[in-house]
Amino acid sequence: MKRIIILLKLSVLGIVSAGLLGLLTVSSEAAREKYFDRSGRLIVIDKPAADLLRTYDTKNRPPEKSFPVPPPPFTEGIFPCSDCHEGMEPNLQRRTLEDMHTDILLNHAEGQRWCLDCHNPEDRDTLRLVSGEVIPFSESYRLCGQCHGDKYRDWRKGIHGKRTGFWNGDKEYLLCAHCHNPHDPRFKPIHPMPPPERPARGPH
Amino acid sequence: MSEKKKCDPRVFQLSRRKALKGLAAGVGVLAIPSPKASASVWESFFQKHFKELSKEDLPKVLARMEEQYSREYGRPVTVKATPHIEGVKFGYGLDLSRCVGCRRCVYACVSENNQSREPQIHWIRVVRLNKEKGIDLSEAEHYYNPREVPEKGHFYLPVQCQQCENAPCTKVCPVQATWRENDGIIVVDYNWCIGCRYCMAACPYGARHFNWRKSRIPTDELNPDTHYLGNRPRPVGVVEKCTFCIQKTREMPGRYPACEEICPVGARKFGNLLDPESEIRYLIENKRVFLLKEDLNTQPKFFYFYGS
Repeated sequence: MKRIIILLKLSVLGIVSAGLLGLLTVSSEAAREKYFDRSGRLIVIDKPAADLLRTYDTKNRPPEKSFPVPPPPFTEGIFPCSDCHEGMEPNLQRRTLEDMHTDILLNHAEGQRWCLDCHNPEDRDTLRLVSGEVIPFSESYRLCGQCHGDKYRDWRKGIHGKRTGFWNGDKEYLLCAHCHNPHDPRFKPIHPMPPPERPARGPH
Repeated sequence: MSEKKKCDPRVFQLSRRKALKGLAAGVGVLAIPSPKASASVWESFFQKHFKELSKEDLPKVLARMEEQYSREYGRPVTVKATPHIEGVKFGYGLDLSRCVGCRRCVYACVSENNQSREPQIHWIRVVRLNKEKGIDLSEAEHYYNPREVPEKGHFYLPVQCQQCENAPCTKVCPVQATWRENDGIIVVDYNWCIGCRYCMAACPYGARHFNWRKSRIPTDELNPDTHYLGNRPRPVGVVEKCTFCIQKTREMPGRYPACEEICPVGARKFGNLLDPESEIRYLIENKRVFLLKEDLNTQPKFFYFYGS
């Protein structure tokens, strides 16, 4: 009986060691690349270690920074707004502006809103959501996202709008206002670059 | 009768076969570089196929090219051969509802990838189509030149290499000078290409371009960051094509292709098809996607989509 047990133990050991050996050979195989050249000769090359290290790991990626954006595109010298508005009594009356900001032409559902729906009357250096939450200009995408929810969703995924940086690293977003004038958001036509040259005239 | 056919050994007779052999040998000798040619010419003459270059030879080849290009353009040029990244297959998305046809991508590509300025080579061709006809390529016009784009009643379809999974171009190459890399990019070994242009005939997208003459690039406009399989200056008589900016995208972290970075409307998207969190996977799963000439079963990795 004892002998049988010893035999069993030995065989288990043998199987385990064989398995380990197999594992080892498999792992060293992975470092090699095999292919056939045109004459049918088998070519085995050692893959450089750098090749194996350059693996794109989709599971243990570092957390992305949340929507890093460049500074908001203010008109030269306009910000901070409190430079002028400090101490000014906010006039909540809806009206056509005549003294200042006459260059702003509201062409963005103007029948339903005016300045102080988005600009915070208490503190002009900030914006205001419908909920009453006060946000800085650098988070204005949340303000736009109140109505344009589908675009906001796509923008966060990098589908709407332009995202630069690294495809497998940190990305930089643009604010809605970098491309769309918030007071007149329709994208303006631009001048195209020159067309390709027509092929040179041949003998025909 | 039989006596007549016998050759007279004293007379030199040239059979057709002999004449052709001699001619071929003569032409062959002419093609070999002269003994006075520099060592680098001899080395490039005997250089192996890129995939058969050994670990010892590859750095030598790259160094030889760096030296040659730096001398030619009078400024330091680097040539790298960065391999693919494991677990990456590149995919490209283009939002047809956003593109305004401004051709910024065409020229960003030219300067990033050292395309010839004269004669002109463009890897990207923006095609103007009729909104009423939809994707009807018989309506295609690529010489459009209005004052402002987008034009009323038109939309635009930029076409470049679709990096097909089932690429017709690589199958027809008689010398295997073009192939699909593991990350899906179709590349050309410009030193192995014989310039037969079979691949250009096979490509249904017109994405391959031939260097009829030595490319002319102003020295100060040359992009000195080059890749062996990508944007290094090309010799005359070889075929070239879009490589998804292999010199930028294969880095860790990898930058976006030049066309993606320049697009003023953010119509271009790029990412890893094997990464479920990537923007390219999001758009394939959530948007209406369109493949150009899908019926040819080329299986492009270039996905046109409608963002809205």
